[in-house]
Amino acid sequence: MAVAFDEMNIPGGDLRPAYQELARWLKETPPEALEYRRQEAELLFRRIGITFAVYGEAESTERLIPFDVIPRIMSGKEWALLEKGLKQRVRALNMFLRDIYHGRDILRAEIVPDDLIFQNPVFRPEMNGQQVPHDVYVHIAGIDIVRVDAENFIVLEDNARTPSGVSYMLENREIMMRLFPDLFARHRVAPVERYPDELLSALRSVAPQSASGEPTVALLTPGVHNSAYYEHSFLADKLGIELVEGRDLIVKNNEVFMRTTEGLKRVDVIYRRVDDDFLDPLTFRPDSVLGVPGLMSAYAAGNITLANAVGTGIADDKAIYSYMPDIVKFYLGEEPILKNVQTWRCREPKDLAYVLDNLGDLVVKEVHGSGGYGMLIGPAATKATIEAFREKLKREPEGFIAQPTLALSTCPTCTASGLAPRHVDLRPFVLTGSKRTTIVPGGLTRVALKEGSLVVNSSQGGGTKDTWILDE
Amino acid sequence: MLSRTAENLYWLARYVERAEYLARTIDATLRVTALPAAYIGKTNEWDSALLTAGVAASFYQTHEEANEHNVVDYLSFSADNPSSIRNCIEAARLNSRSVRTALTSEMWDTINSAWIELQAVWSRGTSTREDLAKFLRFVQETSLRFDGSAYRTMLRNDAYWFSRMGVHLERADNTARILDVKYHVLLPEEEHVGGPLDFYQWSSILRSVSALTAYHWVYRETLKPWLIADLLILNDTLPRSLASCYGNLVRNLDQIGVAYGRQGPAQRHARGIRNRLEHSNMNDIFQHGVHEFIQEFITDNSRLGEIITKQYLI
Repeated sequence: MAVAFDEMNIPGGDLRPAYQELARWLKETPPEALEYRRQEAELLFRRIGITFAVYGEAESTERLIPFDVIPRIMSGKEWALLEKGLKQRVRALNMFLRDIYHGRDILRAEIVPDDLIFQNPVFRPEMNGQQVPHDVYVHIAGIDIVRVDAENFIVLEDNARTPSGVSYMLENREIMMRLFPDLFARHRVAPVERYPDELLSALRSVAPQSASGEPTVALLTPGVHNSAYYEHSFLADKLGIELVEGRDLIVKNNEVFMRTTEGLKRVDVIYRRVDDDFLDPLTFRPDSVLGVPGLMSAYAAGNITLANAVGTGIADDKAIYSYMPDIVKFYLGEEPILKNVQTWRCREPKDLAYVLDNLGDLVVKEVHGSGGYGMLIGPAATKATIEAFREKLKREPEGFIAQPTLALSTCPTCTASGLAPRHVDLRPFVLTGSKRTTIVPGGLTRVALKEGSLVVNSSQGGGTKDTWILDE
Repeated sequence: MLSRTAENLYWLARYVERAEYLARTIDATLRVTALPAAYIGKTNEWDSALLTAGVAASFYQTHEEANEHNVVDYLSFSADNPSSIRNCIEAARLNSRSVRTALTSEMWDTINSAWIELQAVWSRGTSTREDLAKFLRFVQETSLRFDGSAYRTMLRNDAYWFSRMGVHLERADNTARILDVKYHVLLPEEEHVGGPLDFYQWSSILRSVSALTAYHWVYRETLKPWLIADLLILNDTLPRSLASCYGNLVRNLDQIGVAYGRQGPAQRHARGIRNRLEHSNMNDIFQHGVHEFIQEFITDNSRLGEIITKQYLI
């Protein structure tokens, strides 16, 4: 594996320009002071209750995501390119979804194979021909980006269902500003605080026509035991909207209402953080108690906007991912600004053969997996694990894709033995309303805390960092 | 506001209030039992602590007899006792998490920090009297901080009023219960104050509602059962008296009624109770029987809880 690109240091000792001030500051700051702030940050996180739950553990386990106090810094120029690429990609994602559930031009043009759509469990036939307000499907997208060298940002994954992590982007910044005011004074960091306002106005802008005057927006959560519950309550709070659970909502005459102390109140837009499967027991899983019976009928009647729309999973499926460059070209007639990772589709015999021959060098992912579960990281795996995976692959090749192990960039990170490079990725959040697409400058930087590890998921022990975009 | 939010706020406030009351009860009981036997006679104060907490029946299902060790444990730390301090704090924190959006950050911080702190106490336990005293003080301080941060930081809207209602309804219930358990020592006016036994019984009542000093300020007399009852039932300058709790309950319900533009059975019922308290005097109450009066009050009070739930919370 090639030596990873370090975002701060150029091999040979020079610093990359965006990091010069930070390096100066680090030189002046004794390691004890850093460690002290790190502990203070942890205490703040715990007191504020910024936690996530780990599934499979006792329900009372609320974990902190480790927070690294060294910010990750990007220049305004680098960001400008990323921003352009992200907007382009999300525009294409929305057009793709609209097409899949309506005319299906892309299937007729044979750019994407039919069976990848129709045999895909995340495809929702209920959405066929369904009009969604302003044709926006993915109101909130979280695009996972990795950097491999000075010039190249690569999309690792499109999250188009219910992407999470934005509360960490905002809280990390708050806590950094509290702990390191002097460091901020020495930089011009583009603010991210606008995000809740942007989100609310995007959500309001897509209200259904039947909404009266000021549309009522609510955030639907599965409840306190959900792993991202902190984020749900945080966002509802910042947006000034009600945080509702399924049992707070009721559908009457195809309109959605919430039960309030003053009686029923109509809801026009639901920012839902409940998966499709659990949204409406009358349409999807009948055993779901998280959803609202009749919600899909209200949706079909055009009386409620769901953000993200139902059925968006088809656009962030790992099997579809490999077609994204073609999807961008097909709908926009433009070259994709952000590259994809080279991806082998194990469903295709030629690719499968290659993957089986090179398992030791590849990362193999379940097509429908998430959170870093069920993947094989070839170079880090034992022989036995690789052989077990080989059998799985042969049994069900269509369930997997494979990618080369990327040399993810590294950033200096606090470790037990002082600052050391650790691998990072980045999840910016792209908002789409009826009129415009916006991205606040930054995103969630996740960092693999173990030396050499490429796994940044919080469920696998990864941490986070504040992400600074310098305003130049 | 969502009905579920209002319900959570209301119960959150009740749990915090109840935890504080339990801590006070234990504290007051410890003081009495620390006295030489000659002062307190043969009564089992731990039994009466269980009675005032309303958990005597459930306690005796799993225990033979009440002593300091097992009652303190049952009231403070027991996971099996649904209204132990521990379970009150656990429930308060769970409620807080589900209504974080309706709480100010100061309120959340109080509950969450207390919960984190108490996690350690649950696992460590309190081995010494000092430990226990520290724990009881911590619980009382948590309640004070919670109340104080609500008072200082919440918008004066329905969220505030529903949580205040929880406080006052729970507080009225607690005061009524402690009076009821001790009613047999509340003697008619003419009776002379007995020996030290009575004195410590009464001072423990006052201590458990934090009103010993207030008593002296109001009456400038030695402790008299008649006056203690007057203070706790009718004196609306004492925040824990039934009269004061009902003054507040009526006011909170009226504020909600005005904000929502309509009144209902909850407002009517609360006003009825307040009017009865306003038009009573201790003479009538003793004639009628203190026990009967308080029993009726407890029933009326919990009936108000049911009416509020039906009108607003479901």
